[in-house]
Amino acid sequence: MLNADWKHPSPRLRKARHLQALVPAVLLATGLGVVLAFSSFTAAAIAVVAALLAGAALDVLMQRRVGAWGYVEREDDLLIRRGLLVRRLSVVPYGRMQFIDVIAGPVERSLGLATVRLHTAAAASDARIPGLAADEAARLRDRLAELGEADAAGL
Amino acid sequence: MNGLDGWHRLHPLSPAVRAGRVLVAFIAVFLPTFLGGSRSGWDAVIHGVVLAVLIGLGVVSWLVTRWRVEGSNLRIETGLIRRSSMRYPLTQVQAIDTVRPGLARLFGLAELRLRMGGTGGSARLAYLPVKQADTLRARLLALATGSHEDTPEPEDEVLVTVPVGRALASLVLTLPALFLIAYFATLIAAAATGGSVTRTIAGYAAPAMIGNAVAFWRRFNRAYHATVAHAPEGLRVRAGLVETSAETIPRGRVQAVRLLEPILWRPFRWCRLDVDVAGQVRDRGGERRNERQLRAVLPVGSRAEAEQLLELLVPGAPQPVHKPPRRARWKSPLRYRRLSFGHDETYAVATSGRLARVQRWVPLTKVQSLRRIEGPAQRRLGLATVYIDTAGKRFGAAFRDLDGDDSLRELERLTDLARAARQA
Repeated sequence: MLNADWKHPSPRLRKARHLQALVPAVLLATGLGVVLAFSSFTAAAIAVVAALLAGAALDVLMQRRVGAWGYVEREDDLLIRRGLLVRRLSVVPYGRMQFIDVIAGPVERSLGLATVRLHTAAAASDARIPGLAADEAARLRDRLAELGEADAAGL
Repeated sequence: MNGLDGWHRLHPLSPAVRAGRVLVAFIAVFLPTFLGGSRSGWDAVIHGVVLAVLIGLGVVSWLVTRWRVEGSNLRIETGLIRRSSMRYPLTQVQAIDTVRPGLARLFGLAELRLRMGGTGGSARLAYLPVKQADTLRARLLALATGSHEDTPEPEDEVLVTVPVGRALASLVLTLPALFLIAYFATLIAAAATGGSVTRTIAGYAAPAMIGNAVAFWRRFNRAYHATVAHAPEGLRVRAGLVETSAETIPRGRVQAVRLLEPILWRPFRWCRLDVDVAGQVRDRGGERRNERQLRAVLPVGSRAEAEQLLELLVPGAPQPVHKPPRRARWKSPLRYRRLSFGHDETYAVATSGRLARVQRWVPLTKVQSLRRIEGPAQRRLGLATVYIDTAGKRFGAAFRDLDGDDSLRELERLTDLARAARQA
């Protein structure tokens, strides 16, 4: 199961994750710096450095996790794996998919990416694949919808 | 037919019964202010106005609500300003429950609740006269199961009755109840000695303890005279001292079954049996009421009684014969001795629990997705857990701390078995 032919999110997901980690950190650093500079210069400097370090650390973590995402369209089900520290592998049968979302936040959209999310009747399923190129996301959505329809099973 | 065609209103006393329930909550909220001394005339006036508005709203909501059975749908129209017309396809009904709060029983009324599958939530008809509720229930069930609606309903065959004494004893032997007892003991001690420290503690704990007492009462009410009967469409569970309820668990709609043996009940060899049916975890509009609706099939019973019911709920289920490797003790020291799992072509079964012993069954036809999760501690020990997700809202099953390679094999095997079960 693990040595299947895994597909991965677009390499642009790395860029998206860089933005998601660093932009808030820089904004937070500026905000803290400006506010604290009124009272004490040292406090401002410490806060700025701390915010930037936290951002950098988050960035490293998020970059490492990008590589862990993978999915395989098998004959009857979709496999999704993710996570490095906690490794998760989900099997979602096509017949169990109730609907499929394609979501793109502002960062993802600016890079032409989208997240595909699958919903089953179980709340715990939580199956999603982030950072797919927009056309791959659309293809996957259509294909999954088609397969789901052909294979649909009742509760 | 049965006088159920055309549009109907709910019973005219419905707003009164509903307001009655609100009134109880109202008193509970405002009693402290009344007792608190500062009882000015204005307060009473304001409370009166609030109550009048609530009753008025109830009457209006009664006036604009109507329902009818249309073919194989139940339609409910309601709302004054924002009319809503809801259509509940009866083929998707998971269960029909009759709930009768104390006040409703006084007036001979009952509420019907239809639990729908998927995202449908639940349809509620509150309140109907008992007779009408019964005929409507029979008719809706007949439509839901596709049988002829004039077939007389056979008598239920009672399988298990929980003695009141046992219900009470079992509830006393739960942690919240023991806290409650300890609390009253402290109160008495405080009154006897006049110690100010104990009094302070007692005062601070009072709100939590009131909540605790209410929860205790509710659980007792649910377990009071609980009977499980064999009905044509499945298992029927009745219970209640003040608020009575009759719930049906249709055959083939069971998503998961759980057998719980709390540690405090061990000396008596009692256990509790729960069933999970499909439903939403979070309803839109925050109606979390459904969550509570799902009650124990058997609030407290002997092992033999539980096994009798299990034979009906999960007939021929396999035993959990496999154990995780010994090194799993490092990861789950308390749980290890309870961990086991097993499956055949139709059911997966797993046991777990730190203090209590918990055993869960999942029919493989109900599997929604499967997950293998390997946490950092598990990876160092070469272990992984396989989760079995169902559409139930409370519990699935999990094969915990399997050997890493075994877990992949189990995942593959369960995937294949679930597919075969689904297609059968």
